[in-house]
Amino acid sequence: MADQDNGWKFAQCFGDKGDVEEVTEADIISAVEFDETGDYLATGDKGGRVVLFERNEGKKGCEYKFYTEFQSHEPEFDYLKSLEIEEKINKIRWCKRQNSAHFLLSTNDKTIKLWKIFEKSIKVISESNLQDAAGMGGFTDAHNLKLPKLVHHDTMIAAIPRKIYQNAHTYHINSISVNSDGETYLSADDLRINLWNLNISDQSFNVVDIKPVNMEELTEVITAAEFHPTHCNLFMYSSSKGTIKLNDMRMSALCDQHSKLFEEEEDPQNKSFFSEIISSISDLKFSRDGRYILSRDYLTLKVWDLNMENRPVQTIAIHDHLRGKLCDLYENDCIFDKFECTFSGDGSNLLTGSYNNYFHIFDRNTKNDVILQADKSAFKAKRVGSTKNKVGGPAGNGKKAGTGNRKEDFANVDALDFTKKILHASWHPRENTIALAATNNLFLFQQS
Amino acid sequence: MNPDEGDDALYPIAVLIDELKHDDVALRLNAVRRLSTIALALAPDRTREELIPFLDESIDDEDEVLLALAEELGAFVDYVGGPTFAHLLLAPLETLAGVEETVVREKAVESIGKIVAVLSQHQVEESYIPMVKRLSASDWFTGRTSACGLYAPVYTLALPQTQELLRSLYSGLANDDTPMVRRAAATHLSKLTKKVQKEFIVSDILPMFVKLAEDEQDSVRLLTVEDLIAVAESLTTDENKTHLLTILQSLCYDKSWRVRYMVADKYVQLGKAVGNDIVREVLISAYVRVLKDGEAEVRTAAAGQVPGFSLLIDPDTVLKEILPCVKDLVTDTSQHVRAALATQISGLAPILGKDNTIEHLLPLFLQLLKDEAPEVRLNIISKLDKVNEVIGIDLLSQSLLPAIVELAEDKQWRVRLAIIENIPLLASQLGVEFFDEKLGNLCMSWLGDCVFSIREAATTNLRKLTEVFGVDWAKQAIVPKILTMSTHQNYLFRMTTIFSITTLSQVANADLLKEFIIPTVSTLAADPIPNIRFNVAKSLETVIPIVRKFAGQDPALGGALEETVRPTLVKLSEDADQDVRYYAQRALGVLQG
Repeated sequence: MADQDNGWKFAQCFGDKGDVEEVTEADIISAVEFDETGDYLATGDKGGRVVLFERNEGKKGCEYKFYTEFQSHEPEFDYLKSLEIEEKINKIRWCKRQNSAHFLLSTNDKTIKLWKIFEKSIKVISESNLQDAAGMGGFTDAHNLKLPKLVHHDTMIAAIPRKIYQNAHTYHINSISVNSDGETYLSADDLRINLWNLNISDQSFNVVDIKPVNMEELTEVITAAEFHPTHCNLFMYSSSKGTIKLNDMRMSALCDQHSKLFEEEEDPQNKSFFSEIISSISDLKFSRDGRYILSRDYLTLKVWDLNMENRPVQTIAIHDHLRGKLCDLYENDCIFDKFECTFSGDGSNLLTGSYNNYFHIFDRNTKNDVILQADKSAFKAKRVGSTKNKVGGPAGNGKKAGTGNRKEDFANVDALDFTKKILHASWHPRENTIALAATNNLFLFQQS
Repeated sequence: MNPDEGDDALYPIAVLIDELKHDDVALRLNAVRRLSTIALALAPDRTREELIPFLDESIDDEDEVLLALAEELGAFVDYVGGPTFAHLLLAPLETLAGVEETVVREKAVESIGKIVAVLSQHQVEESYIPMVKRLSASDWFTGRTSACGLYAPVYTLALPQTQELLRSLYSGLANDDTPMVRRAAATHLSKLTKKVQKEFIVSDILPMFVKLAEDEQDSVRLLTVEDLIAVAESLTTDENKTHLLTILQSLCYDKSWRVRYMVADKYVQLGKAVGNDIVREVLISAYVRVLKDGEAEVRTAAAGQVPGFSLLIDPDTVLKEILPCVKDLVTDTSQHVRAALATQISGLAPILGKDNTIEHLLPLFLQLLKDEAPEVRLNIISKLDKVNEVIGIDLLSQSLLPAIVELAEDKQWRVRLAIIENIPLLASQLGVEFFDEKLGNLCMSWLGDCVFSIREAATTNLRKLTEVFGVDWAKQAIVPKILTMSTHQNYLFRMTTIFSITTLSQVANADLLKEFIIPTVSTLAADPIPNIRFNVAKSLETVIPIVRKFAGQDPALGGALEETVRPTLVKLSEDADQDVRYYAQRALGVLQG
């Protein structure tokens, strides 16, 4: 094998790089998203903070530097329902730029906020009427009146909440998606999808409602939703039953009727207690051209063609080696982990995460599956200047670094650390650069 | 003048000016709101040379301050020295037209629209047009969106070659990459169309319109309905047929319900604009389609246009094409559709004429009157007068009375209220006998309703009925019933008695006052409930001036005032309850005065 990593290399790592075992809960990254230019990258964490990174133009290659950080959500308490509302950022979505400022939507379980991030020049008053009145001899003459003079003091990056969209979701918000019309966005919780106008924060329209009249009849929840990248009337949502529904808002105001249903017939032989849990779709994305849908369930990645509803055009096994361990994974709740998935900018590659800080980059054309690890070993190797920096051995499995084949290690179920997982990832829209959230660290990898 | 006073005279202005840059937003907002005061103090020269540039530089404020600034600048022409200098205001407004907050941009565009009206042609060509060019080509869509609103106000003021430029620039905006700009272009195209000379409509405006009406984004297409009307109005019927027919059809049958909704909502205007031929050939069948649309919102909008559109076509076609759809809508599954129809359906009566109304519409009215949704019933009741004009009260009452009586006892108090409000109208047409027989008891039963608003409306109703049927009728029909109520054991009934008496006193004559009103009120003054007692006092306060008016005709009334009313009030003014004493004092004051 010439290069089992297909040219992918570790580029950068942000966050605490020490070997501390105890990670502060609030520092765990819960959302990663590139903006539409790829020049900016946003992360959200369980502490309700949003951190932005900016492309470092001065450096060659793709390198990012810290841009700004702000507290997006605070912990709240719903007194009516006696419920704590966590500040954890569930999703971040950038809005199309409309001026020199940046706009992004961030959401926790209940409240969505539209943030404006901009460079604010701070000016101080150097001259004013009252300040200088003493020397002027009072205000007897209008000529003595003067307008305040300001001098530039400093420039800072400010983040202000432009709009706060709240009280529209009874259940936990799992997705937000900005529409191609630039005017609306949708937000989805477990049972409903709402449509908002970005300019109007006090009303939204319910477009999907799957709440049964009697909650005991509940068999299915919405797990993710996204707008079509170019057709403003189309959106899709996935369910815990492994189905994807494509809806056309042109047909009616309430989209109870889907226009397309993507579902693969399950092989009855494989049916088990876990069938339904592992078929639940944890994330879905449109390809940039809107032709394909990528979905992730617990064990596989699937690529669907918008024109073929009965089966995916491609199914990529990600967690086949875990099939035998489902019982354990159920016990420790890992089976409910929601792995995200993403297309590369050109749609030719797929990215999704796994345990032990492994992640997959799958080339749809060559079927080449690259497995990499977003681990501290990656940047340590780089730091010591090792030429063999594709160090494979996961920490603590006893093997010597660099000796093993990563694919074997990856499948070595007993050595996997299930507390380290890559749930959130984003792909640069124009280049082969990816950003991954590994617990409290943000990793950037790129293909040379 | 004392120098100290001089100091003070301009001091508030100085403070105000400083507040333009105060840390507190509320103070900055206040300062901007009073920008005219500052400008007056500075005089036009300094306003032009210092204040305006200063404002232009300081546009990085909170939205509410910017909004206020955008608004103030629209009325600032006088403060910069009149129309000759008005173009100077365009600079800060141009900056405001580029900010991200939509309301600020819209206000800035509105203010620019005010200023352009006073500009000379030179100013237009030298200042305004360059501004339009800059905004139309700005990097961010916010500026280009605002630019769309600047074409219509200036078009007629510009030179012919500039007009040509404006048309071509606008076409660029209509073909913009961002849907936001195309939406703005679609929104403002109708206004521009009204300004553009007829010869350029087909050559320049039409292609833009067609492009927008075929846009891939629903949100753009739905805005072009308005434009279609504007274009159609400026073309002849024949031209409409050649140029607009296909596009009109595609909008009517658009895949997106939101577009069809807009079409349905503007159907009458659309019909008027395109002319009779197209109405007959295309719009009638298309209207039947929207009335049967799969989306309730579309049907609701379409139902609202029924009478308006029916006016545009001949009654036979209404009967043949429209009425069957209307019949279906009466039993529509969506109550919003039925409610919209209930408001409008009576408008069909004058169009169809008496016979057709009786044959076709009456059954529909009855059905709507029995609708399960109170809103529907309410809407149909409140529009019954139109039907009355066409078929006359006899028929109306015969066929509708049972339904009305049923509604008079409806669970929803707003429905009962609507019925009560229509009773005097019915009564005046029905005549005394009929009324006494069918509705008399009903009117009295409302006095005992459990909802205050109904009881209140019922008392007003009694007054109106007395106006219609006269005092003698009131004596026979109303008074005995009120008298029985005055001894009812529930104090609320006794309270209603007082209210009815007070209301009735306004239309009473001397006899009624002497024999009924004064004695009854005085009796209630001994009521054990303080609320009743102070209402007696309040009632007397109203009654006294009326009694005085009649005292000239009937001396006995003057006597009653002294013999009955005064002692009653005096007694009440010594009541144990504070409120009773207070109102008794007030009434005594009236008696004295």
